[in-house]
Formats: sequence, structure tokens, C-alpha cells
Amino acid sequence: MSSTLPPRIRRARLLELAFGLFGLLLPGAAAFTLLVLMFDLVRSGLPHLDWDFLSAFPSRRPERAGILPAWVGSLAILSVTAALAVPLGVAAGLYLEAYAPRGAFTRLVEVNIANLAGVPSILYGLLGLALFVDGLGLGASILSAAMVLALLILPVVIVATREALRAVPRTLWEAAYALGADRRQTLLRFVLPAAAPGILTGVIVALSRAVGETAPLVAVGALSFIAFLPPSPLRPEPPYVDAEWLFSPFTALSIQMFGWLSRPQPAFHELAAAAGVVLLALALLINALAIVLRLRARRLAP
Amino acid sequence: MAGGFAFGRAGGLAAAALASIAAGALRAETDWLRIDGSSTLYPLTEAVAEEFQLWARGRFRVTVAISGTGGGFRRLCRGEADLVNASRPIRPEEEQACAAAGVRPLAVPVALDAVTVVVHPANDWVDCLSVAELRRMWAPEAQGRVTRWSQLRPKWPDIPLALYGPGPDSGTYDYFTAVVTGKTGASRGDYTASEDDNVLVLGVSRDPGALGFFGYPYYAQNRDRLKAVAVRDPETGACLTPSPDNVRTNRYRPLARPLWLYVDAGALEEREAVRAFLAMYLDPELVLPLAREVGFIPLSRDAYAKSRSLLRKAGAVPRPGRATEAEAQGRAG
Repeated sequence: MSSTLPPRIRRARLLELAFGLFGLLLPGAAAFTLLVLMFDLVRSGLPHLDWDFLSAFPSRRPERAGILPAWVGSLAILSVTAALAVPLGVAAGLYLEAYAPRGAFTRLVEVNIANLAGVPSILYGLLGLALFVDGLGLGASILSAAMVLALLILPVVIVATREALRAVPRTLWEAAYALGADRRQTLLRFVLPAAAPGILTGVIVALSRAVGETAPLVAVGALSFIAFLPPSPLRPEPPYVDAEWLFSPFTALSIQMFGWLSRPQPAFHELAAAAGVVLLALALLINALAIVLRLRARRLAP
Repeated sequence: MAGGFAFGRAGGLAAAALASIAAGALRAETDWLRIDGSSTLYPLTEAVAEEFQLWARGRFRVTVAISGTGGGFRRLCRGEADLVNASRPIRPEEEQACAAAGVRPLAVPVALDAVTVVVHPANDWVDCLSVAELRRMWAPEAQGRVTRWSQLRPKWPDIPLALYGPGPDSGTYDYFTAVVTGKTGASRGDYTASEDDNVLVLGVSRDPGALGFFGYPYYAQNRDRLKAVAVRDPETGACLTPSPDNVRTNRYRPLARPLWLYVDAGALEEREAVRAFLAMYLDPELVLPLAREVGFIPLSRDAYAKSRSLLRKAGAVPRPGRATEAEAQGRAG
């Protein structure tokens, strides 16, 4: 029994327990802060959250104002961002991890990617303004915004991809090679599926960050008042799809919140909280989707 | 092979996105009315835009963005905005840039703002401040020196003077410093600055020794938490608070200023949407109630008539009949 243990060991066990409690305290404090913030947001936002709020356009009257263009805009931007950043980021990660020759150039690229992950988001916005909005003439459109956000999260996706690839046991590569697979086959059929859960996690972290960004969207010309939706991506006649919506002016949830928070009327501040709840729900939804995809990928991985 | 499936689909989307860049060249011209500029005038313009959108029923589409008065002018001159919300007049160099691009900016006064000096409601010693006293508080020389109320007038209490105001990016700050210290952008730096006026409201309402300034709408929404200080008109010597009446009749001086809508004279002649929107904005029957609703001080009826005649002289004839119809629509909707 512990009482019969020598004092030195007893003290060590006590210390062990104290350290364990301390370790529990740290994430506990983080989680508690998050919960308090969420509780505050939900408490002031929830009373305003109903179907009307989700389906109405912004208005000068708080009781009539809604976030329809904002959440449609956020969702549209997010999907285009993912479509651009994920293939590009994963491909770049694959190249750097499996193909790039070790040398000064590769080192340079790696250092730059690591640095890009730390650049403030407003700088990406200004780059987007000069390059996409004015340079390529894409205008203040959903596509411009998505391209900026894609650039913003690209370093995160690349780094996550590399980490995930590196975590795949070397033996898996060797086994594939031993069975006569070439490098492309090994990567696409064995390594990438095995690394998919890790890559997905990185992508989701990146997308969750993108969905809350405000500064770069302001820089590329997000609107504060817009009372119509982008044109539908589907058409009744062939070819049934239409890319016009990519060039539509837009607003986003974060922009709408920012605009409402800078109003003098307290009623608008509550609306901003309600929009915040929707933004939070959107981020959680993306996370949930990631978990589902990850579990599926894990089950199907070789 | 779930991983392969996910990546394959994403790649397809990317290809679609790339293909659509080509389609962008074929974009059809739509009659969009793009408004940009100051956040000060934004709430009123948004309210008019809301009514305009209801009335237009899809014939015209209007968007309003906020990129500051300077940013708005830049976009106007580049042809990226049709109307600019402005909290200051256009500067000569901005006008030159516009002229070089063939844009003729026309200023239309649409509302008034009163830079309001506020203190904590428990502050019972200040009721009127002269511009000279404001200067002694805010001048660059006051930095680190004028720190107590008793330094301004000996009979005022010996408690710390805590100053709150918008940061240097704000048009309100530009205007206040130009009037009070005599030089735009010149003030002491040791005050609590925030671009978010709600922060200033909160700061002043929690500090009995506080004094701050910001636009009238923020005071109007927080009367229970703030006390507005009267400002002495240097010419008449009258001490008046920034009530809408005093501002409209030009008796709250010198801290009241007009807010403008800038429009390209060429667009005014050519574009139905621009004319129709301005006709609505300058129709007193519509804009007076709207201004009251969003907490703005509207111009007098005469001033709106003057603004309309300004546009008529510039070649555009606003049609008030449409605006009345629009109002009916707005009420119905």
C-alpha cells in the first residue's frame, strides 16, 4: 500500500499528481474561455436567430434585417477557396515531399512557404487587390475573394500535407515498391490514402480560419449592403451550369458582423452576435464534415 | 479509395473555376449602381438604397461598400464606383486624378453631422466649452501637460482628464482637429483612440473624468449614458448643444458639417439609375423620415430643393414623381 512506500517515492507520486492536475488545468482554462465566449454570443444572438433572419436581406431596421447574402456569400467563397487551395496545396506538398530534389532551390521554397504562413492576412488582401481585382480585372468578385483566401491558406495546406505524408510509415512505401509499383502508383494508391486523414485535418483547420477572415475581404472590396444574391450556378438549359456567380459582388458573414458592430444602435450589436452564432455553426459544420470524411478515409485506408 | 475520390472531385471544381475565367470575358453589362466611401454617411445611404431596391424591383441593383471617403474617391475616379459617400469635400489632387480619367465629380449635400463633445453624465461642472478651451485640451503642445480638469478652469475639480477620440484615419478626427487646433491631423497623441465609436461611447460612459468626441448619431443612441457639452460659437458667443434644430439652422458652430454624395456629372446625364437614386435621396418626403429613423440630422427642406436645383443645373432633372411612387412602394413593402 502507498503508506508503506518510502517518503521519496510518495513525494514523487504527489508531484506527479500535481503536475497532472496542472496539465488538466491548462486546456481546461482554454476550453472554459471558449465556452464563456460562446455562451455570451449565443445568449445575445439566439433570440434573433430564426428563419426570417437567415432568409432576409440586410435592412436599416434591426427587426427586419437578415443575413441571406452574407451566409450565401461566405459559403460560395469557401467552396471556391477549397476548390482552389486543396488540389494546389496537396499537389505542392506531394511534390516537395516525394519529387523535389534536395537542393538550394527546394530549401528556398520551403523557407518561403513557412514564412508565408506567418504573413498578416491584410497583406494577402492588398496583394489580391493589386493582382486579381485590378491586374487580372476580376473585379470585387467572389472569385477574387476566394483566390485571396486560397493563397492565404495554401501554406497551411502544404505544410499539413507534408506532415501527413511524413507520418506514413516508410515500410508502406517500401512494400509498394517491392510489389513493383512505381512512384506515382505508390503515392496515389498507397501513401496519399494513408495520409488523407492528416491532410483533411490540415485542410479543415485552414478552411475554418478562412471562413472568419475579414481584413482581406475588405481589401478586395467586400460590400456592406447588397440586397440580391449571386446568379444561380445552375441553368435550366444546356450546359446547365453557369459561372456567372463567380463574378458577382459579394458580402460575407464576417463583413456583415463587422458592419453591424460599428453601428450605434444596440439592436444591431445583437444581430451581429446572431450572425456570429451562424458563423460558429458554419465552422463547426465544416469540422463535423471533416471528422466524417476522416473516419471514412481511415476505414478505407490500406 | 476515399482519399482519391475527395481529391479528384476538388480537382474537377478547380477546372470548372479556371474555365469560368474565360467565361468572365463575356460578362453582360448590368445596370448596377455601385456606392462606396465613408462609413459616417453609410447608414443613411443604406436606408435609401434599401428603399430604392424595393422600388426598382430588379430593374436596378444597388450595392453599398465602405472604404473611407478617400478610398471612395479613388474608386469613383477609376470608374469602379458611381456614387461616393463623403464626410469631407474632395481634395484638389483627387479632383485632378478624376479629371485625368474623364470623371467630373459633383458634390451634392445630403445630410448634416455634428461633431459632438461628450462627458460622463456625472460630470456637473462642464456645461459649455469654448473652442479655445478645446484647443488647450487637444493641441499637440498639451501632450503630457494638460492632464487635470483644474488646469482648464481653476474652479473645476482636480481630477484626471481622460480624453477619448477617433483615430487619425477617421474623417471626424480630420474635421475636429482642423477646427479646434487649426491644422488637419494635428493633435496630442496621448488620448484613447479607437476607430470604433462604440468603444469611445463605452470609455466615456465609464470614466467620470472623461471627455470625448464623435459623430452625432453615436451620441443620439446613447443619451442615457453620455452628456453632450455645449460649444460656444466664437462669433455670437452663444452656447448651444448639437440638437438637430441647432445644427439644421446652422447655430451649432463651428463643429457642424455637411455630408455629401459625390457623383460623376457624366453618369448623371447618361444613366437612368443614377438619376433615379439621387431623385429619391433628395426627396424630403422620403429622406426626412429615413434620417430620423437611422439617427441622422437631415438638411432643411429648402436645402434639399437647393441640392435638386444643383443637379438640374448639371444637366440632370430628378423626377420627384418617381420618388413619391417609390415611397409608396417602400411603405407597402
